[in-house]
This record gives sequence, C-alpha cells and structure tokens, in this order.
Amino acid sequence: MTTSKKFEAVIGLEIHAQLKTHSKIFSTDPTNFDAGDNENTSPVSVGMPGTLPAVNRKVIESSIKAGLALNCQIKKKSVFARKNYFYPDLPKGYQISQYDLPICENGSVKIHVDGQERVISVTRAHMEEDAGKSTHHGDYTLINYNRAGVPLLEIVSGPDLRTPQEAGEYARVVRQILRYVDVCDGNLEEGSLRCDCNVSVRPIGQKEFGTKVEIKNVNSFRFVEKAIEFEIERQIEAIERGEKIIQETRLWDMDRNRTFSMRTKEDAQDYRYFPDPDLLPVVLSDELIGKIKSTLPELPQARMERFGRQFGISESAAGVLTAEKEIAEYFEAVTAACDHAKAAANWIMTELLRELNQAQKAISASPILPAALGKMIRIIDSGEISGKMGKTVFQEMWDTGKDPEAIIKDKGLVQISDRNEIRRLISDVLLINQQQVADYRGGKKKLFGFFLGAVMKATQGQVNPDLANEVLLELLEEK
Amino acid sequence: MEITNLSISEIASQVQQKKMSAHEVASAFVGRIEKYDSKINSYVLRNEEILNEARGLDQRLAKGEKLGPLAGVPLGIKDIFCTRGLRTTACSRILGNFVPPYDSTVIAKLKNAGALILGKLNMDEFAMGSSNETSAFGPVKNPWKLSHVPGGSSGGSAAAQAARLCAGALGTDTGGSIRQPASFCGVVGVKPTYGRCSRYGMIAYASSLDQAGPMTTTVEDAALMLEVMSGADSLDQTTAQVAVPTFFQSLTENVKSLRVGVLKEFMADEGGLHPDTQKTILAAVEALRKAGAIITEVSVPLAAMSVPIYYLVASSEASSNLSRYDGVKYGHRAQFTSLAGLSLDDFYKRTRGEGFGPEVKRRIMLGTFCLSSGYYDAYYIKASQIRRLIREQYLQAFRDCDVILSPVSTSPAFAEGARIEDPLAMYLNDVFTVSTNLAGLPGMSVPFGLSSEGLPIGVQLQAAHFEEQKMLNAGFALQQASTLKGQLANDYL
Repeated sequence: MTTSKKFEAVIGLEIHAQLKTHSKIFSTDPTNFDAGDNENTSPVSVGMPGTLPAVNRKVIESSIKAGLALNCQIKKKSVFARKNYFYPDLPKGYQISQYDLPICENGSVKIHVDGQERVISVTRAHMEEDAGKSTHHGDYTLINYNRAGVPLLEIVSGPDLRTPQEAGEYARVVRQILRYVDVCDGNLEEGSLRCDCNVSVRPIGQKEFGTKVEIKNVNSFRFVEKAIEFEIERQIEAIERGEKIIQETRLWDMDRNRTFSMRTKEDAQDYRYFPDPDLLPVVLSDELIGKIKSTLPELPQARMERFGRQFGISESAAGVLTAEKEIAEYFEAVTAACDHAKAAANWIMTELLRELNQAQKAISASPILPAALGKMIRIIDSGEISGKMGKTVFQEMWDTGKDPEAIIKDKGLVQISDRNEIRRLISDVLLINQQQVADYRGGKKKLFGFFLGAVMKATQGQVNPDLANEVLLELLEEK
Repeated sequence: MEITNLSISEIASQVQQKKMSAHEVASAFVGRIEKYDSKINSYVLRNEEILNEARGLDQRLAKGEKLGPLAGVPLGIKDIFCTRGLRTTACSRILGNFVPPYDSTVIAKLKNAGALILGKLNMDEFAMGSSNETSAFGPVKNPWKLSHVPGGSSGGSAAAQAARLCAGALGTDTGGSIRQPASFCGVVGVKPTYGRCSRYGMIAYASSLDQAGPMTTTVEDAALMLEVMSGADSLDQTTAQVAVPTFFQSLTENVKSLRVGVLKEFMADEGGLHPDTQKTILAAVEALRKAGAIITEVSVPLAAMSVPIYYLVASSEASSNLSRYDGVKYGHRAQFTSLAGLSLDDFYKRTRGEGFGPEVKRRIMLGTFCLSSGYYDAYYIKASQIRRLIREQYLQAFRDCDVILSPVSTSPAFAEGARIEDPLAMYLNDVFTVSTNLAGLPGMSVPFGLSSEGLPIGVQLQAAHFEEQKMLNAGFALQQASTLKGQLANDYL
C-alpha cells in the first residue's frame, strides 16, 4: 500500500445481510435462491393494487438475535418507514425499511488486525426488504422480482475503521457472528451478504471528517479491501493535486480494479421517509428479548478464548477452529471422544480441513464423523497403530466413511509394539548390513537413520517408531 | 312489491327459503341497471357472469345447502375494491385494464355470505374528490336531480343505491367519501372504526384513514352488511383484534337515556352552514330528544382545523401509495414510437402524466412536498401531532356522550361543475367529515330531511372507537322519525 503517511482514512461499512427465513419479510412467498424467474412472487411482493405487507415474525426474531450477538441494545419500539424512490425493480415505488427508529442500536464488534485488538462500533441495525433484480439486454430490460421482499438486516458501523484490512476483517467478523447465531448463511456469491463502504481521508491530526464517498454493492471481502484501498489512494492523490473530493456514490469495477462514479450528491435523491401507515410499530416485550437471548450460542470471540484456556491450544489454532460454529462443534466432539485436544486440533486442521477444502465441502457434510475421528486418535494414542498409519486410516475413512477399527482390521494395520519381536527384527536387519554396522560403530553416527529406514521397510512401517528407535540404539551401542 | 325495492334481509330470507330464486333477483337488478343507468352513469363495469353465478347459488340451495346471511343479494362494488377476474381501476386511466387475480378481503367475506356482484361502481379517481367529477369514466348524476353531483368519492355507490340499481353498495371513506355522497343521495352510509374492516385488496388512497363501509337504503341493511364485512384479517395488520358484534340482531330504535352530543364547533354560524341543512340537524336533535335521548353540547375545539390536517396527512400517504403505478408491472404504459434516447425518467413522466388526472396529480404533488426534506417537520410531523390531539379531544368528548350528532356536509348536493374549478371550495366541503377519519372513529350519515330544492339532507352520527352499535341504534331511531321516509329519488325515471 502506498498510502501517504500524512493522511489517514476514515471508513464505515453498511452490511446488508439476508436473514435466513423460509418466507419473505412481508409476504408468504418463499425465499429460496434457486427458484425460476419470478417464481417466488405474489400480488403482495410485486406491489399489486390494494395489497398490504404483513410482517414475518421470524424476521423480527432473527434481527433481535443478530442485534444481541452484535452487542446492540434492542429497542422495545421500532418503526417501519417507507423510503420513496422510483426504480423498476422496486415494485411499490418505495422500500419498506426502518429510519429514525431502528430495531437495534449502539452495538460493537471486536476485531484483531496485526495482533492489535480494536473495538468497532455498530451504530445501528435495521430491518428492510430487498428489491428485485434488473438485467439489461440491449434495448430491453427484464426484471426478476424473486428477491423483492427478501428480508435484510442492514448493519451500519461507526466511522471507526482506518485501513482496508480493518474493514475486511470487520466484515469477516460480522459474517462469522451472523453465521454463528444462524440468522444469515453469509453466502457472498448468492448475494446473502453485500457491503456498501463509506470512505473519506483527512490529514493525520485533523478531527473533522473529510468528504465521504460511498462505494456501493461490493460483494466480496477481498473486493471490500481492494475497493477501499483504491479509493483511499484516489482521494489522497486528488487532494495532493489540490482537488476537492466530491460527495458521490461510486461503484467497484472488479475487472479494472477501480471505482467509478455512479452519481454525485447533486442528483442525490430525497427519499421522503415517513412511518409506513400499513404496519404497526414493532413493540417487543422484555420476555421475548430475554427468551431469544437465552438461545444465543457461545459467540466466536468467547469460544476462541475458551479453547485457548480449556484445551491449551495456540491462539491461531483456536482461531481456525472457531472460524465457523460447525468446525468448533466438530472439534469439541472429537476432543470429547478421544480426550486429546491437541491431537484433535492437529488432525482437523492439517488433514480434515484440507480434504474439505479440496472437495469444496462443509464440515457438516464430512464423511468422517467426529466420533470416528476421535476413535482413531484414541487407537493411535494406545499405540496400536502409529501416527503414520493413522494417515492411511484417515484417508480410507475419508474415502469410504468406514469405521477406523474395521479399516485397521481389513488392512492388517497393526503396530508391532512387542519389544522382543522388535529386537529380533532389528537384529535381522543389522545382520545383513554388517559393513554399515561396523562403520557406525567406527563413528559414522549418521547411519542411524539408514538403519531405522531399513527397519521400517522390513516391517512395512508397522513397527512402533518410538520403540524401534530405542531398541536400535540399544543394539548398535552394545559392543 | 317489486323485487328491486326489497331490503337486503328480505332478499336473503326469500332466496334462502326458495320463495324467490337468486337468478330472479339478479335479473331484476340487471334489468333495472340496463333501463336506467345510462342516465346516471353509476356502473363502470358490469359483471357478465352474475346470472350464472346466481344460478349456481340456486343449485346449491336446491341441494339443501345453507347459504350465508346475504344469500343471493346483488351488490354494487365501488371500483376501488379488487375483484378477482373483474377489471378494477379506481376509475383512473393509470390502471388501464388491470384485472386482479385476487379478491379483497371484504369482497371475499361478502361473497362467502352469499352476495353476488352486479358490477363495479363509478367513483372519483383514486377516491380523490367530493363530487365524482374526477372519474376517468365521466361524472355520475344524482338520481334526485340529474344536473347535480351525487357527492364523492363513492358517488357511483350512493347514486346506484338511491336509484335502487343494487340491493346494497360498497363504498370507502377516507375523509367522508361514504357519508357525504350518502347524504347527497339520501341513502345510509356507514364508515366503521378504523381497523374494523380489512383494507387488504382495497386500493389505497391514504392508508391510515381508509375504511370500507356499506351504503344502503336502510340502517338495518347497513348493519347486516357491516356485520359480514367486519373482522380481523391476518393480511391487514391494522385490523383490530376485537369481536364483531351482532349489529343487525342487536339493532334497536330505543334511545332512551342515550347521551347525544351536539358538536358545538360544527353548529357555529360562521361555519357557513346552509339554512336547510341547519334546519334538518336541529330537527334531528329534536327527534332524538322526543325519543328519550339526553341531548348535551360537546366540544372538539380542534375539529375545525381538520381540513388542512386531513389534506396534509392524506396527500402525503397518497403520494407514496400511488408510486407503484409506474407502467412497469401492470396498468397503463405510455407508448413510445422510438426508444432511442429515452430515459427512465421520460418513461415515468409520460406514463404517469398520461395516466393520472389533474386532482390526483395535485395531491401527489402536495404530498410529495409535505414529505420533502426541509418541509417534513413543519407539515407532516406537525399535522400528525395535531391529528393525535384531535383524537384525544374526541375521546374526551365521548366521556360526556355516547354519540355525536352533526351535519355531514355544509350544504345539500350542488350542481355539476359548480366547484370543480375551485379545489379549495371543494376541500372545505369536507369540514364535517374528515375529523372522524383523523380520529379513527366510526361515523355514518342517515337521510333525514329535504332541502327546499327537494334534495336529501343527511345527519352525521359519530361514536367512540368500536361503538358502532350505539351509532347504528341512534341512526335507526332517526330513520323512524325521518321526514324523508317513503320518498325516493326519481329524477332519472
């Protein structure tokens, strides 16, 4: 990054998270992503005359859950408001959103960048409906209203982020939290999470904010970072050339790695917000908020800290293992089955996550169940098989989903741990390599590895490596 | 007695008992519409299927099935209610030939009760008007005097009912749109408590004020229809979770010790009340006193401010409610000979410019202005605050009385064309009706007297929230004493 040392950036994010519900926010239309064009529509969601919105309770409950997870205050009374503007994919000519009375306020999120912890404020989170999608085909445009009325929670951060990396990390953490509490699937490709970035720069030391530019609809965290990075540089360069930053909305062009102007403040719209008279204020009881609070799972930050404390694993390992709730739960289940947290952590991080990644599978779809992996670790720990054999067993478990014991039996994978048998095996190896034995005893200690390799080869790797090591040394050193 | 003069309950019981077929009843009304409506222009669409539907009802009855309380009752429906398979336009060009694939909740309830739909009734465009002169289908004539307006916006409903071109009519009331035309046409019109009837499928003008209501020849008929139409609806979250009383069965003309408040502010001399209207109101008060009611004077000081408050609130909501008519999904779309250089704004401007009439445009612009940043606090917020105070003052007044009696309109029906060029004069005509909607109260108009010109004059009754029964009872008592009794509109004959 070539950011000038004289300037700092001020960044705020608006994250639009699609709430995971079966039906839309104000109608009973389904919300599945794979529906055919305009299949998920009804007179309500396409804004036919006389139709009215009826709020989906699940949306309110999910918003409360998300708000609590983001440390927000849940407002006992919030109000749906109409945001008025004309666009063909907006069926009613207004979007039902929340304006001066959102459901969640004053939250915060902790992020870690370059070993530093920062607390980023969440100014507000409000419920709203999504619009449809227009596709332009030369001289005509088609509109798919499947998304119209899909429930969104717009999460607005304070102007607390200072670098593209912080912004990217904040977005990742928010996504992680929403996925933990199971209110958003966080699927960026399907548009379940979208980001608008507000970026301004100011000379270091200056209190006032610079003129802000909004970058709309950035749909990946990498692009969030890239778009902000580009924008910061663009603004600094402009200021250094003596230009003024214009308040405007820009879009990210991912093909050309740059932002470009969409509209300036002069043509900014007056949305004429007012309370939606078709909907009653959302009034929440302490009981409901308390009930939802009691269903909140342990959140990623707390879980990561606990993993370090409880299992003695490193912070980075705890971070990997708590990245997703399902991974954390898998890890805890494996640990419970084998009572060996570090081994469980290693097997999951080095073997399982690699395989899952390659196969593009979620951990919930893993062919190896936590109990089976735990069992395998227990068998290794008992010395019945070696860690190396374990890798073979693991591969077989991954490929076939079979039980580790059955695989060990089928493959005859039994570790030789009998001291006398090992002594006999090693003696045989030494007998056919007398010259090397003489060399070793003459001082060529490096040959130890050669003998160990030969022992392993002779036993097809089935010998207990620790014991083999010990016995080999014993036999070589006795003169 | 002629079929078309029967009351709703009479038709339903005769059809139910198979003394008369639903087909016979429907045919009689269809015949009457064919004979007379060319002079009145109350129907903008006729249901071509009604005779088949009537036959269907008769077949069900023949099989021993029992039908609801409106068995075979042919109704006229204000064109603001979405009716499945029947073109619905709110009498605006912008909706073009829109045919809804759904019934509004109120229509579904009426159909379930056995009612049949004769057709869709004329109205002011999007219910914006007080004379039925803003309709895209041309003005409706008052059956009492064809040179005069029937009132609005439910002018078609009032006129069709007055001329007995339907057994009962459905209207909507946002600021007086049921009560004022009912008064002008000498029929009963009831605007229920806000939240009593579902608004689902009723084309919105001002969502926080709109209510559906019956327009009938008698108070009994209104009570029966209202009972069927009422009730909470999961599709309209502003409907109230309250039980629906048996309005029809509980109806009584006994008003002994009923406390009737006369609204001071609406009887003031400077109100510009027509002398005939004033005379009628005073006669109505006397009639109730004679019937044993206790008359008191009540005050709602802010009621006199209702007109500006109403036009700010209603226009603001309307400006947003009417945004969906953009030519994209349904209804009218401007035709362009060439798309070259055409912007989205051009598309909207041409489509909406052609589709909406001048009064609708006026209110969209007024409302857009009220909601604009910089004006919102001074207009919309201020109006909403005063609206709340009006409601509180009414609640206060209802501690001292059960119903409030007042005029419906400053004068009887006026001549067509007399006020259409002067929107302010037209708006001021609503001075007695809009406060009811602002406060969410039930209100009704009961025909009571005749002007020196021979035009009917109604009396307005208001009650506290969900106290329609008291209001209907007072209206029933007034009906017994009405000097209009037996006199029918006949200028169209």
